[in-house]
Amino acid sequence: MAYLPNLIFGLMLVGALALFVRNINRIRKNIALGRPMDRNDQKAARWKNMARIALGQSKMVTKPIAGLLHIVVYIGFLFINIELLEIVLDGLLGSHRLFAPILGNFYNVLIAAFEWFALGVLVVVVIFWCRRNVLRIQRFCKAEMQGWPKWDADLILYFEVLLMSLFLLMNATDLSLQLRGVEAYPQVGSFPISQILLPLFEGLPTPTLMSLERTFWWMHIVGIFGFLNYLYYSKHLHILLAFPNTYFANLAPKGAFANNPVVTQEVKLMLDPNADPYATPVNDTAANQKFGASEVTDLHWVQLINAYTCTECGRCTSQCPANLTGKKLSPRKIMMDTRDRLTEVAAHLRQTKSTEITDGKQLLGDYITPEELWACTSCNACVEACPVDIDPLSIIMDMRQYLVMEQSAAPTALNNMMGNIENNGAPWPFNSQDRMQWTQL
Amino acid sequence: MEVPTVAAMVAAGKKPEIVFWVGCAGSFDERAKKITKAFIKILSQCQVSYAVLGTEESCTGDPAKRAGNEFLFQMQALANIELLNAYEITRIVTACPHCFNTLKNEYPSLGGNYTVIHHTQLLKQLLEEGKLVLEGDQFKGKKITYHDPCYLGRANQVYEAPRSLIQKLDAELVEMKNCKAKGLCCGAGGAQMFKEPEKGKQDINIRRTEEALETSPDIIAAACPFCNTMLTDGVKNKEKSEQIQVKDIAELIAEAQDL
Repeated sequence: MAYLPNLIFGLMLVGALALFVRNINRIRKNIALGRPMDRNDQKAARWKNMARIALGQSKMVTKPIAGLLHIVVYIGFLFINIELLEIVLDGLLGSHRLFAPILGNFYNVLIAAFEWFALGVLVVVVIFWCRRNVLRIQRFCKAEMQGWPKWDADLILYFEVLLMSLFLLMNATDLSLQLRGVEAYPQVGSFPISQILLPLFEGLPTPTLMSLERTFWWMHIVGIFGFLNYLYYSKHLHILLAFPNTYFANLAPKGAFANNPVVTQEVKLMLDPNADPYATPVNDTAANQKFGASEVTDLHWVQLINAYTCTECGRCTSQCPANLTGKKLSPRKIMMDTRDRLTEVAAHLRQTKSTEITDGKQLLGDYITPEELWACTSCNACVEACPVDIDPLSIIMDMRQYLVMEQSAAPTALNNMMGNIENNGAPWPFNSQDRMQWTQL
Repeated sequence: MEVPTVAAMVAAGKKPEIVFWVGCAGSFDERAKKITKAFIKILSQCQVSYAVLGTEESCTGDPAKRAGNEFLFQMQALANIELLNAYEITRIVTACPHCFNTLKNEYPSLGGNYTVIHHTQLLKQLLEEGKLVLEGDQFKGKKITYHDPCYLGRANQVYEAPRSLIQKLDAELVEMKNCKAKGLCCGAGGAQMFKEPEKGKQDINIRRTEEALETSPDIIAAACPFCNTMLTDGVKNKEKSEQIQVKDIAELIAEAQDL
């Protein structure tokens, strides 16, 4: 029975990892529901983009306060993960602070650094909570943030407070036992922060203290397993997806909107005087492809990875001229809707074991309304603002394309404008023969 | 005003070094025509070998594409490309950031490969080459704020050329709180110019005008005919038309030159 804790730990580890792998696979499959898009060119530039934006947080610091606070949590998170390796090995082997004898003095430095990071994360998370719940910064309180998104944001912060507190409590009880000279707790590590907590445990009998130490240790690691698997249900996925998302981001100038090659084929055929108008189209699949997007499966996979990467920070919406002037459009909502609909479609397809979506709903209309789409000025402020290179504008443009090319559902004024271009080569009803009239005046 | 057309030049066995793409606004909009003329005056004075396409020019397709009509956009694009390629055009300058962006970024994959520059870039180049000399002090002591057009700034990273021209005017360049990459849209992009805005609390051009007015400028400088219209309307709405002018950078340069 001596190995029971190791066994339980091993089973929990395998269980947590298996669930995590299942979740990640689901996300991969969901993203694969998107249309193809080649983003495997310019590999060097892509690595650079990822290093600069995801690893280096370069776009985060455009808002200096939020940016620097975020960097504290980010670096804290990265570093404390090293400690996680020791905790997992201890759990499996039944050892205690396995790395201490191997690393010697450096171990003390590491543990001290982790404690400082843990304190940093704790402080910042409290500030983050206040920004959302006391200062109520506008971008955290927009319409699309009501309900679950608000809960999700707060839950993540509570999770982090819990994990950091447990980490420090675990160290404090450990230190307390070390100081009492308990055999199982050799004097290793340096605990600049948790030593402050020592008075809390002063009067406790050693066995109680030992079970407390074990409880904190177990709660901490179980909490981490829980958090790992909470990611899938949360906006917090950005901690993983920010990396592929910035790698596969659009590297072209922001003003360059992609040209649809199927349309090019058709237009060229139309403009070719030698083309046979009655010929059967050579490429049938291309001819049958729907123009634009009314459903998540009409979007390309990078747009879908964008949706899962979005952490709902709202920087896009806070820069959107339409949203700033009270229109319904919110680029963040476009991303949230895309993600929620994608999750729904994927669950529906899994359930019906089919490739046809038959739940009677779609992204356009049930989630995103034409009113939102038509309010966009295509100014790229949202794309510029996103700290992880998400592109809400491309989704808006694809959905407009569907409205116009599949449904002829443009606002009347735009139909007039397009009619003018068709007839006179200008968006206004002026005769193209008058294009030089300005020279006469 | 004598303006050479590509057709006439080619017929005479010559070829312009650069084509001035006037654009729909520059050709038809009353306000924007003044910008076109100011720019033409500078081109002539600097003896740039240029020509316009005249009646052969047609909409680049930008508003159609942004309104969702990819088909109409590509019809326009392919027809324009056929024309430009037939004339063997290699360089294009335009005073409209929308034409600039479309010609530069969206024509290449359809077979139209040209060096496309914005008029502020050409003006800066002419200054650097010494072909354009700015003298006089009409703008000395004037406060000028510059509004970044989205399709010039964020879309194509052209922030410095227009600013360096304003500084050359010996004027004081004052920045709005949202400028360069964070510049707020005037409200006209994405085909909004041609429709009424959706229901909201405020029109975008009014908000942008308010940001411009916060710098208490004498002149709001624009580098796009559509931004110009939106901001001019905004200034009118705020009843400041008497005190504050909205001018294109080409107009400011032409004025400084007494053209």
